[in-house]
Amino acid sequence: MADLSVNLCGIDFKNPIIPASGVFGYGREYEEFYDLSELGGIATKGTTAQKRTGNLSPRIAETPSGMLNSVGLQNPGIDHFIAQELPYLLTKDTVILANIAGSTPEECAEVAEKLDSTQVHMIELNISCPNVKQGGAAFGTSCAMAEQVVSAVRKATSKPLVVKLSPNVTSITEIAKAVESAGADAVSLINTLLGMRIDIHSRRPVLRNNVGGLSGAAIFPVAVRMVWQTANAVKIPVIGMGGVNSGEDAIELMMAGASAVQVGMAVFTDPYAPVRIVREINDFLDEKQIPAVRDIIGTVQPW
Amino acid sequence: MKYLQGKFPILKKQALAKEVYSFWISCPEIAKIAQPGQFVHILPPGLGLRRPISIAGIDPENGILRIVFVIKHEGTRKLAELRQGDYLDMIAPLGHGFTLLPEASHVVLVGGGIGVPPMLPLAAYYGERATAVSGFRSFQQVILQEDLEKSGASTICCTEDGSAGAIQGFVTTPLEQLLTEGVDAVFACGSQPMLKAVADLCIKNHTYCEISMEERMACGIGACLGCACKTKNPDTEEIQFLHVCKNGPVFKAEEVIW
Repeated sequence: MADLSVNLCGIDFKNPIIPASGVFGYGREYEEFYDLSELGGIATKGTTAQKRTGNLSPRIAETPSGMLNSVGLQNPGIDHFIAQELPYLLTKDTVILANIAGSTPEECAEVAEKLDSTQVHMIELNISCPNVKQGGAAFGTSCAMAEQVVSAVRKATSKPLVVKLSPNVTSITEIAKAVESAGADAVSLINTLLGMRIDIHSRRPVLRNNVGGLSGAAIFPVAVRMVWQTANAVKIPVIGMGGVNSGEDAIELMMAGASAVQVGMAVFTDPYAPVRIVREINDFLDEKQIPAVRDIIGTVQPW
Repeated sequence: MKYLQGKFPILKKQALAKEVYSFWISCPEIAKIAQPGQFVHILPPGLGLRRPISIAGIDPENGILRIVFVIKHEGTRKLAELRQGDYLDMIAPLGHGFTLLPEASHVVLVGGGIGVPPMLPLAAYYGERATAVSGFRSFQQVILQEDLEKSGASTICCTEDGSAGAIQGFVTTPLEQLLTEGVDAVFACGSQPMLKAVADLCIKNHTYCEISMEERMACGIGACLGCACKTKNPDTEEIQFLHVCKNGPVFKAEEVIW
């Protein structure tokens, strides 16, 4: 049994695997399958200041080795999250990353400030949601906007602050450096790639929102590349995600430089994916006689 | 809600009509707790998202569930390639099913096309107290009429072109007549236009009505919020996006905003 623990921003994780925001709700639905304490952490559904109803249906479409979604940040609002969901999650012996979003820097700061007085372990600021008209990815695609929103949230909280980056940019390293200088404690990437499908019989986009975020195995090579580039560009830790389906995928992202790994679409294919991946990481390490998972972080030897 | 994931063998496969298949699946733990109107979430081999398919038969004593599906796109095409003895990767039973009314003396089960299969467990429950109205485009699509009759329900079959069944036209023609005769409840599954027409008729006639909705889904258990259905709370008038997988697939007719 290898040592699977990792430490990010002073927070101890028993293993590096975290179900990604949006696929896992607040965890309750997955308790039918396994104990949430088996997870390194949980990134909760993106929460805004006020309740949001999200986009019209269809919000989901399967694509080759992946899927599109345009949920549009449907959530019950931060007050509901803090009163109804967080206390329960905090009893689960796993790290809770509260994912937050907003239309303006002020809204993001307001949500972060409310979380600051809770026992939540980390805040993951989403500056990369492709499915909302204001805020969302707009913050994550310009260095100036990214800096502005991260600075505002930084002032509102002393919690460890992870900033979730968009891949829909010319240079992910420039954005990563901008949020690092604005006070981020870590970055997580990649969020979904903006995509679209059209039903050629009806000539209508498959998603009611016309466009949506592409996730799943199809984007894994993009994730590996961006995690590698970002880990080489910033000093803060990187949480990797994007199409991770197996322990080997997780190991690959960690070798590229990720200190922890989030699991998204794979949870839909196999609800046990996060706990299976933890087991597979251990099997790989044991087989290679590597004593601790942190020994592999950033160990890729580029040509 | 209690559900589980596993791989379960297909005991029997049968073609019911062109591109319509029935599987009988051995899954004792699921068959024991499944309710009419619930669905199973099946992973087609080689794909990444599961497909929700309504339950068409529940046999808790023998531990068997039945499903009936039509080939629509790649997912259901891959499912149709499976054969007797193959295993289905399934999360089930899922969703909020139909309300069972033990006191009801007459209920109408309205199924349109591939919306007919979920009426079978209701027909089994209500037996002679049920009238099953089924609608199809043409005779090639007609399915499950004998199964409905075997449960004791009386059946009225409609086809749009009049090529089969007693009625040429839509399910609303016989439903309108039945509603004047006094009906305790209507349960329906089918296309959106059909469901809307049935819901409107029942609301107008002050008859209790539940409809089973369909939507593209990812998780199937209420976590990802992918399968939104726009609804209005009849008491508070509040507009909400509920989720077909968890709050549904069965909704009260007056809840759904079309």
